[in-house]
Amino acid sequence: MHEMSLCEGVLQVLQDSARQQGFLRVKTVWLEIGALASVDVEAMRFSFDVVVNGSLANGARLEIIGLPGRAWCMPCGQTVSVEQRFDACSECGSYQLQVTGGDEMRIKELEVE
Amino acid sequence: MCTVCGCSEGEARIEGHDHGHTHHHEQGHGHSHAEPLHDYSQGPAHAHAPGLSQARMVQIEQDILGKNNEYAAANRRWFAERGILVLNLVSSPGSGKTTLLTRTITDLKQALELAVIEGDQQTTFDAERIRDTGVKALQINTGKGCHLDAHMVGHALESLSPGDGSVLFIENVGNLVCPAAFDLGEAHKVAILSVTEGEDKPLKYPDMFHAAGLMILNKIDLLPYVSFDAEKCIGYARRVNPGIKVLQVSATTGEGMDDWYCWLRANRQLAAIGS
Ligand SMILES: Nc1nc2c(ncn2[C@@H]2O[C@H](COP(=O)(O)OP(=O)(O)OP(=O)(O)O)[C@@H](O)[C@H]2O)c(=O)[nH]1
Ligand SMILES: [Mg+2]
Ligand SMILES: [Zn+2]
Ligand SMILES: [Zn+2]
Repeated sequence: MHEMSLCEGVLQVLQDSARQQGFLRVKTVWLEIGALASVDVEAMRFSFDVVVNGSLANGARLEIIGLPGRAWCMPCGQTVSVEQRFDACSECGSYQLQVTGGDEMRIKELEVE
Repeated sequence: MCTVCGCSEGEARIEGHDHGHTHHHEQGHGHSHAEPLHDYSQGPAHAHAPGLSQARMVQIEQDILGKNNEYAAANRRWFAERGILVLNLVSSPGSGKTTLLTRTITDLKQALELAVIEGDQQTTFDAERIRDTGVKALQINTGKGCHLDAHMVGHALESLSPGDGSVLFIENVGNLVCPAAFDLGEAHKVAILSVTEGEDKPLKYPDMFHAAGLMILNKIDLLPYVSFDAEKCIGYARRVNPGIKVLQVSATTGEGMDDWYCWLRANRQLAAIGS
């Protein structure tokens, strides 16, 4: 469900860019998806194919670049890597973590013609 | 397709909404930031170099939800100009959002100007429950959509027109997943969790509790009948969001509602002075 709306967001960006930058077809889409963005990559691929069907990105290849989860620990001041929002600090065990990276959902670049 | 702004409204239906109006969110569809174009077609920079066609690479570097975020920013500006406090109520279905709202309205409507946007996939039941209290409400039906987005809310504002200095509640579609990602332009997301849902929800749906500024534990009148460890639940919520505020209420008995009203009044004052 969620991935379907995200893919609709991607398609909107593709359509806007096509108008602004004068391309007609999108052949490949590179997305950056953080580990904490709660995006299911398989669902994303499936939804992408459905959503772009018949559009300027019909049949386009979807490349997903995963980005690691990073957080700053308030008590110990370390930047640590996390897999989930509720992970404890790997240095001191605290849950007082501020996520600093890994919630990205970004369209990075396109191959177009 | 919205003929006014050209954006797709999908299959959402907004009560009283036709497209003969003008848009208040006139940010248009131009993008504020430049999107530099890099033509790599001559260079060896990319292994996936184009073949016979004039394929080229285009840098985008844009958030997938960028479009929604633009609408949300326009809504937020609109609210700020009018000193309106906007709260986005999110929860799983049946946690008591509408009950909490009708009670709040009954208790506060003399003192504050209030308005409500109701989001559900189908039916106008909830908007009708709100209108029964005498406060204006507008229903958005999202159809298959599982969350409200900032564009739908922008349109709803045109017909609802909440007054200056008012409080606007947006009851989102009952869903602990998708609404977390869609900014509507609100001051805060308020996550409502009822004690019958189990204390583990903040860990099972961390994004929602991470995005919320306030968690309301509702149905505390049922605590004697269910095994629900409130302290444990609050601990879990703080794991995903160390700064989250927590209130415990019963929307049916009224217990704890005064704390919620204090929180509301304080935030309304902040909205009135502009943030
Ligand atoms: N015991 C008890 N029941 C409550 C309380 N608040 C709501 N309920 C009941 O919970 C049920 C669902 O309440 P609603 O207010 O419709 O919940 P909702 O979150 O608006 O539901 P949706 O809009 O369908 O997602 C109703 O039967 C309410 O009477 C409460 O504090 N205590
Ligand atoms: Mg409801
Ligand atoms: Zn630490
Ligand atoms: Zn529109």
